[in-house]
Amino acid sequence: MDIYIFYGLSILMIFSSIMVLVSKKGIHSLLYLIFSFFTLAGHYVLLNAQFLAVVHIIVYAGAIMVLFLFSVMLLNLNVESEVPKSLYARLAAVVASGLLLVTLISALKGFDISSTKPIHLSQIGTVENLGKILYSDYLLPFEIASVLFISAMVGAVMLGRKELNF
Amino acid sequence: MDANFFIYKLILIAAILGLSLLVAMYATLLERKLAAFFQDRLGPNRAGKWGLLQPLADGVKLFFKEEFIPASADKFLYVLGPSLSMLVALLTSAVIPWGPSINIGGTEYALQVANVNIGVLYLFAIVSIGVYGIMIGGWASNNKYALLGAVRASSQMISYELALGLSIVALVMTSGSLNLSEIVNQQDGFKWNIFYQPLGFIIFLICAFAETNRAPFDLPECETELIGGYHTEYSSMKLGFYLFAEYINMFVSGAIIATLFLGGYDFPGIDQLGLSQNALAAAGFLVLFAKISFIIFLFMWIRWTLPRFRYDQLMKLGWKKLLPLAVLNIILTGFISLLMQ
Repeated sequence: MDIYIFYGLSILMIFSSIMVLVSKKGIHSLLYLIFSFFTLAGHYVLLNAQFLAVVHIIVYAGAIMVLFLFSVMLLNLNVESEVPKSLYARLAAVVASGLLLVTLISALKGFDISSTKPIHLSQIGTVENLGKILYSDYLLPFEIASVLFISAMVGAVMLGRKELNF
Repeated sequence: MDANFFIYKLILIAAILGLSLLVAMYATLLERKLAAFFQDRLGPNRAGKWGLLQPLADGVKLFFKEEFIPASADKFLYVLGPSLSMLVALLTSAVIPWGPSINIGGTEYALQVANVNIGVLYLFAIVSIGVYGIMIGGWASNNKYALLGAVRASSQMISYELALGLSIVALVMTSGSLNLSEIVNQQDGFKWNIFYQPLGFIIFLICAFAETNRAPFDLPECETELIGGYHTEYSSMKLGFYLFAEYINMFVSGAIIATLFLGGYDFPGIDQLGLSQNALAAAGFLVLFAKISFIIFLFMWIRWTLPRFRYDQLMKLGWKKLLPLAVLNIILTGFISLLMQ
């Protein structure tokens, strides 16, 4: 049963990811992106990582994508008003994404598929285990990440102020 | 997963769906009756005895209205908007424990569709995606009032989501669990969370009003400024879905408040009645239902008593009052629970 759900989710996910790129209207590709986030959350649930799945939805679908939706709706982006990109920009985009593809392939090449354990039985994604690991083994990176967030917030508030008096 | 279990869950889902729709239907009648009472009128009393058939008449009226899609609207998103609103409103009821477990033929069945470990976070996730239905509908209408209403609605919901989430954090700190049925079991015997988290309860209640877009926070559909807000262009059953989703949201948030703060299906002395297990489950469900009804009444009571906020007042209340209060509540909760140890 799990394997059918996995294939169903994967097909939906790949379809919506492609539609993100193919859609003509900015808002449609944004909605496809949100849909692909939900399918990704479904994959997390299949791996018994419910906490990750829900946090993924809260943070990405619930917060970040709402902001994106805001800006796309208010800017009203569409094909007619878009300025055509220069040749150099296109070339740079192709090279950058090509490099990313090579990195991903080389990372996945060494991965031995036959040795995977039945991962859906693992308890590593539960809140208790995740909390214990975050607050013992990974305490320092966790705290540093929070400092990073604070600095980003302070920066955003600073930039958003009307009068800048340094 | 055996077949019995599967069939039981399907029946439970259908029952909860039916119940939500029925309650939402009659909540519309109750709202109009209460409004009439507060304004010294009679209210609807023509359709059936005491107007009991009024919701049906309203439904028939909405169904037979002309189905109209504006020419410049984005057709697919225009239909998607109300559907999403309805879907999200109904999704939340999946994790609410509706009563103690029942016993059918020697097997225990929980009166809860999904007993997930992260029930509280699930609730929060659903709340955070609740904004899409309104935003998509308002944008797809291609109408400036609808767009302004949608933008207002979403900024209001995002602002109040923060204080809502922080008030739940303090609750989770005292209960030590994210599992909703465990939170209810901990409140057994009149140890309701409202006594331990009074400030959190008030913050949660206010935010629930804002999240359901009910007065005094109904700015997204503020008629005097925005015609009808995000559903200006909608007609027929699509408008009906938007309006109906509000009542379902009210029912579900009543259930959430009762579960998190008012002890769920617990009532002092319910164990001493000497009831059999199934009768106890029924009694527990009735108790929960009474609590939900009271909260729905509270929603309506406030709507017909308080005037609407101004938009800047709304934002000031959310960001400058409720958010610091919620943070203070977390700090106080942590401090007191450290002292109690």
